[in-house]
Amino acid sequence: MLKSISHNVVGKSDVVAFKLADQDFCIDIGLVREIRGWTPATMLPHAPDYVKGVINLRGAVVTVVDMSARLGFGIAEPSHRHVVIIAIHAGRVVGLLADLVADILTISDDSLQGVPDLASNSAREFITGMITLEDGRILRKIDLAQLLPEMSGADA
Amino acid sequence: MENLDEFREMFFVECDELLEVLAGGLRQMEAADLEKEIVHSVFRAVHSIKGGAAAFGLSDLVTFAHRFETVLDLIRSDRMEIEAPVMTLLHRCSDGLADLIESARAGLDADRGLTGALLAELDALIDSDGSDEGEPIVFTPITLDFGDVAASPPAAALRIRMSPSADLYRSGNDPVALMTALRKLGPAEVSLLAEEVAPLESWDPDQPGLAWDIRMPSSVTEAQILTVFEFVEDCCRLFIDRLAEVPGPALSLAPLADFLAVPAPDAAPPMAPLPPPGPARIDPAPVQLAPQTPATPDPEPADPIPAVPGLRVASSAPEAAAAPAPTIRVGLERVDRLMNMIGELVIKEAMLSQTIQTAGLQDAPDVVAGLDSIRQLAGEIQESVMAIRAQPLKLVFQRMHRILREAADATGKPVRLITLGEQTEVDKTMIERLVDPLTHMIRNSVDHGLEDSVTRQRRGKPAEGVITLSAAHRSGRVQIEVSDDGGGIDRPRVRQIAEERGLVAPGTPLSAAEIDQLLFLPGFSCKDQVSALSGRGVGLDVVRREIMSLGGRVMIHSVEGEGTTFSIALPLTLAVLEGMLIQLGDQTMVLPITAVQETLQPNRAMLHGMGAGTQLLSSRGELIPIVDLCSVFGLPAIEPLESAVLIVVETDTRQRAAFRVDSIFDQRQVVIKSLEQNYGRVPGVSAATILGDGQIALIIDPEEIVLSLSNDQGRLMAAMAANG
Repeated sequence: MLKSISHNVVGKSDVVAFKLADQDFCIDIGLVREIRGWTPATMLPHAPDYVKGVINLRGAVVTVVDMSARLGFGIAEPSHRHVVIIAIHAGRVVGLLADLVADILTISDDSLQGVPDLASNSAREFITGMITLEDGRILRKIDLAQLLPEMSGADA
Repeated sequence: MENLDEFREMFFVECDELLEVLAGGLRQMEAADLEKEIVHSVFRAVHSIKGGAAAFGLSDLVTFAHRFETVLDLIRSDRMEIEAPVMTLLHRCSDGLADLIESARAGLDADRGLTGALLAELDALIDSDGSDEGEPIVFTPITLDFGDVAASPPAAALRIRMSPSADLYRSGNDPVALMTALRKLGPAEVSLLAEEVAPLESWDPDQPGLAWDIRMPSSVTEAQILTVFEFVEDCCRLFIDRLAEVPGPALSLAPLADFLAVPAPDAAPPMAPLPPPGPARIDPAPVQLAPQTPATPDPEPADPIPAVPGLRVASSAPEAAAAPAPTIRVGLERVDRLMNMIGELVIKEAMLSQTIQTAGLQDAPDVVAGLDSIRQLAGEIQESVMAIRAQPLKLVFQRMHRILREAADATGKPVRLITLGEQTEVDKTMIERLVDPLTHMIRNSVDHGLEDSVTRQRRGKPAEGVITLSAAHRSGRVQIEVSDDGGGIDRPRVRQIAEERGLVAPGTPLSAAEIDQLLFLPGFSCKDQVSALSGRGVGLDVVRREIMSLGGRVMIHSVEGEGTTFSIALPLTLAVLEGMLIQLGDQTMVLPITAVQETLQPNRAMLHGMGAGTQLLSSRGELIPIVDLCSVFGLPAIEPLESAVLIVVETDTRQRAAFRVDSIFDQRQVVIKSLEQNYGRVPGVSAATILGDGQIALIIDPEEIVLSLSNDQGRLMAAMAANG
């Protein structure tokens, strides 16, 4: 079975795993600040389709990115089951909309494999590695820097 | 050596203030009826900088300040006339001193070439006067003349009785240092109070036994003495008596003879209780040093090391005799945190008011009264914090004198700067961010606005140009104007250049105001020859962008042959704005109330189509284009038009438009939250805010929307904004 969270172990790292369109993804736990339920966002005019809008995080204006749209699964219709993972990337606070958070897992660096060359869909550029779990599931590790380009009205 | 760094930083902060005193004083020295005290204040400023610099081993600074001071001393003692060339040199030295301090602060080596030249000129001045040259550069305390500051009537001499307690020694203070400080105020006669020394048999080694009697001349005020003892007030008993008459020197020694010349015993006996009020001729009402800090400033910041942190009393005003209110120095981040929390409070208050509505309690009188008083309090707190952050524009305006001098030197045009309304206060953040735009504008006015003196004389104007920098509060905004009395904007020339650079299509019909706006386009540089000063083609567009990012606007008003005025209108604060809450589809947005002229429910007679898709509103004989905000923001459009509400807005360039919205439902103060911090710029949106229900609403930038839709030039502006 999976071990409990262990910190500062060489060759191991903790990740937050979540589901998108029935696939398992994860991001490094060091980037995640908190996870909260979905609340309706205020739309941003002229924003890319994967920008869901902005939400109020205790007085701060935080952009919510629809990861489903970003990874090419189509625009999500958020419900109360959806979660927003609040992460920090390049000094900015950003919310990542996911279907649901599955777990917090400890993975060893050895288990991280490269992305097969055959995979050529749009999701590939955002995925830095694949992890095979003991129960046979595959975790796809997301690179936030690729997922979140310089967001601004100018790209719209 | 963290401590030393802290002192160092404090020294530089103090330097900034002293430089301000210096620059302000020098300007006052040019006035015809020069008061001696102004020269003194200038001298003291340079002297204090020198003293501090010596304490931190900044030898370049000390050398320079010393020569500077020597010249000032000559002026002070009437051994040198204040002539125009001397004043010019003094101004340049003040600039040079500021540069040296700046490089010392950055830890860089100073530009010796520049200061070397100034030093040579100073030396020449000193030499020509034939005095004081080659004086070794050491920091020596200088006795200053406080004739003006001291209590005016022929006051009696002061007698101070000082009995330090054990705490004074324990906290590392030294009576000798206090006496030295007193000496700086004037000649002090110090004598040991021998009768206070307890006999050896009852000696307690933990208790100090020495007390002193100090005599100061009548020119010293009690307040000055209290200042010296400010930091030891709680561990030193102090009595100050003013003797009833002024004794002659021979007389004054007589009563003191009793106390004199008993050498301190090796073993100091415990301190006896303070003796009863001394000889009969001493005023029976002693001044007991009160625990509260005296509100009197230290009129002579002679201490080479800046004062201990803590309550700090403003000391820069030359009219120090009128005690200013005590001030406190607080880190900006603390004020910012307070400001943020007040922003939260305003939001929470709005949330609460919404909750009350939802709960159906809005008719309960006590609930409403309670909510009202909270709202009022929150408003008052917000105003108070804004007042803390408010700073007079003087801080920026003073720096402009130097910019003007340099610009005048570089262009060879004689110019005078008049500043008005320096005391107008704006938010501290704005003060800092106004420096660059104003610098650009002053340079621009000198370089492009003013004609050269030959042309001016031909046109019947005085050879010396005048640039006026003024500030005032106007209807909830701060208005800053930079005006010159030059030739005004040469509009045919501006148009020609804009056409040559492809900024406008040749032959485009443009109004005078529109031509003036061309000056703000990036890459527009009007000067035929690129000058070192302001002809780099970056200037006014940068000014405009910077002012816009502060939520302000820049306008030009120019009359040919009479001059050009640039006006900057700024919001009072960057934290809140008064907004109108509007509904657009399912979105709530905020429109700043300052742009709104009127709101109306249109009827069919007022609406006119113009070609496909464009509609005009006729209102009081004027045709105003209607802008559908839904389509601007990519939302489904509202149909039919008659059911919508129109809001007429006006831009600073007097362009009007009618915004079409679903409904207007409230007007309230909203807290401005940056959208750029976590996202980026959105066209047509200036910021975001948080509504009572916790939802975010976007704040519309009406100016940008109108400009981007109106005409050719507007599209250029929009392109420019996007580039920014």
